[in-house]
Amino acid sequence: MSRIDEVFEGLRSWGEKGLVVYLTAGDPTPEGSLAYLKAAADAGADILEVGVPFSDPTADGPTIQAASKRALDGGMTVSKVLSLVSEFRKTHQTPVVLFGYYNPLFRYGIPALCRDARKAGVDGFLVVDLPLEEWAEMAPQARAAGIDWIPLAAPTSAPDRIRRVAASGSGFLYLISVTGITGTRTALPPEVASWTRQVSRTIHLPLAVGFGISSPEMAKAAVAHADAAVVGSACVKIVEHYGSKAEGPRALHRFVASIKKALR
Amino acid sequence: MPGLDKKKWPDANGHFGPFGGRYVAETLMTALVELESAYRKASRDKAFKSELARLSHDFAGRPTPLYFAERLSEKGKGARIFLKREDLAHTGSHKINNTLGQGLLAVRMGKKRIIAETGAGQHGVATATICAKLGLSCVVYMGEEDVRRQALNVFRMKLLGAEVVPVSSGSRTLKDAMNEALRDWVTNVRNTYYMIGTTAGPHPYPLMVREFQSVIGKEAIVQFKKACGSLPSAVVACIGGGSNAMGIFHAFVPHAEVKLIGVEAGGFGLASGKHGAPLCKGQVGVLHGTKSYLLQDADGQVSEAHSISAGLDYPGVGPEHAFLKSTGRAQYVAITDAQALEGFDLLTRHEGIIPALESSHAVAYGYALARKMGKDETVIINVSGRGDKDTSTILDERKGVAL
Repeated sequence: MSRIDEVFEGLRSWGEKGLVVYLTAGDPTPEGSLAYLKAAADAGADILEVGVPFSDPTADGPTIQAASKRALDGGMTVSKVLSLVSEFRKTHQTPVVLFGYYNPLFRYGIPALCRDARKAGVDGFLVVDLPLEEWAEMAPQARAAGIDWIPLAAPTSAPDRIRRVAASGSGFLYLISVTGITGTRTALPPEVASWTRQVSRTIHLPLAVGFGISSPEMAKAAVAHADAAVVGSACVKIVEHYGSKAEGPRALHRFVASIKKALR
Repeated sequence: MPGLDKKKWPDANGHFGPFGGRYVAETLMTALVELESAYRKASRDKAFKSELARLSHDFAGRPTPLYFAERLSEKGKGARIFLKREDLAHTGSHKINNTLGQGLLAVRMGKKRIIAETGAGQHGVATATICAKLGLSCVVYMGEEDVRRQALNVFRMKLLGAEVVPVSSGSRTLKDAMNEALRDWVTNVRNTYYMIGTTAGPHPYPLMVREFQSVIGKEAIVQFKKACGSLPSAVVACIGGGSNAMGIFHAFVPHAEVKLIGVEAGGFGLASGKHGAPLCKGQVGVLHGTKSYLLQDADGQVSEAHSISAGLDYPGVGPEHAFLKSTGRAQYVAITDAQALEGFDLLTRHEGIIPALESSHAVAYGYALARKMGKDETVIINVSGRGDKDTSTILDERKGVAL
């Protein structure tokens, strides 16, 4: 059983919903990033999605685009992302999913990446631009290294396709709540509830719902028929606002704790 | 290298050997599968094919001439030079071949909103033109830098009723326009048709755009045989994403005796690092949904391209060109900004044809090649577009020089 499986098993036995927090690695700086990750974990995030910055993040809105740019301008690289995870692992057991686009991973070399990521304490990969049809490039090697392969489902994915991706992935299924790019929204579309209920009945993996969730109320609504909520841009905005100031991680802690509270 | 059987690729998943594929967000996969199925159905449909043929002739002005460049050939004292005159196609470039095909396809699919990216504005204008003709709404994404240097085309698109959205991220050129178009598509995928302008992007675009552009090479073979009774020694075309080159190469691919040469943007020179020549100087990578050669750093971050011509200012290239390079069937070279300007002058002054700066790269290389060849040999240069749009760039380059 992977560390991610254990988290969902624990949540189920406590009758709690999970919180997945996304932060871009290297934002605001390669050094400053660690304090934010720790703050999110300490505040109750059950899983951390650590974004590997990319020059051309075509699935991301302005907030995460800007975070990627800050990270790259600060010299962030895939190796440094792995070092960041290693550092985090010295003090925390929270599962870490590397979240990103394929090219930087491909360039690093997939066999080397799977080996080094495992060593650094990475628990899962979520590669935004590697759909089922191209999984063979990376998923088997990740799984062989003991790293979960997190599948994605979108509102445009047919039920049969969702079953297929869920059956070949592991960890949890990331359900993209709306067609669109990442970014904070004020409400989720009303059909999300019935859709998540439908999906949760047909698959065995835990369900995490993401894209646009930016408040405790939205998180609570999103998990009505799911196992976890993903909060990304709303957290990244806090990093953007405070940057390297000492109160930044504290502000993130307060925000993450407020969302986790709504999920208990 | 023997002639390759061009029917064999891409495979069912859009792979050209190790290149191509569909590296896109899950949200877009269903749309790509639907698009491929609609395209395959249309390409077998007699009514679709005859409508496309009729409009290619009556609306786009095909076939475009294959023209013997007599004075240029005399000046070169080598191979005889022929020009495939895509600059004479409606809207002033080969781009109309593709937008006509995709426009008819969008109508068949019931999509009323069209989005597109553009660099030089040639594809943007061709898209806006088709949308006006077919009564579709049109949004064109264009880098701010390109909006500045291709002002004439921006104005043309607006006259045609398109909305032009300037993109201010990254290098503010074609790459960033494509990023933004993809973000629009992933958001509005249910009602929007993304009209990609080149043989890049995820499958089925490299296949579909190649097929719609392959009319260039099919015509050229017939025209050349009629003029010379044989096949040319070499075919030369410029390459940004690679659509005009793929269009003219495709019919020649099985004919191993015909050299195929793609000319990339050398910018300030390949050694300067400021160029748009991924096939000459890039490494394999994934951008905008496809695996191909890519200008990138050691960590897989995409580098900014540079070229005097907005249409070649792109760090990636279509996957089929990567494949033709890897099999040795085509060769890829680069021409610098300065050499392209010489090519521009050469054609303008000797033949009375003002080529686009993109096409000027092919002219410069094709002419230099012809000079080294024998008088019994022949070269076809694809003049992919006309140069009216570039006059302000040329004027800038020659500031202070009396014309």
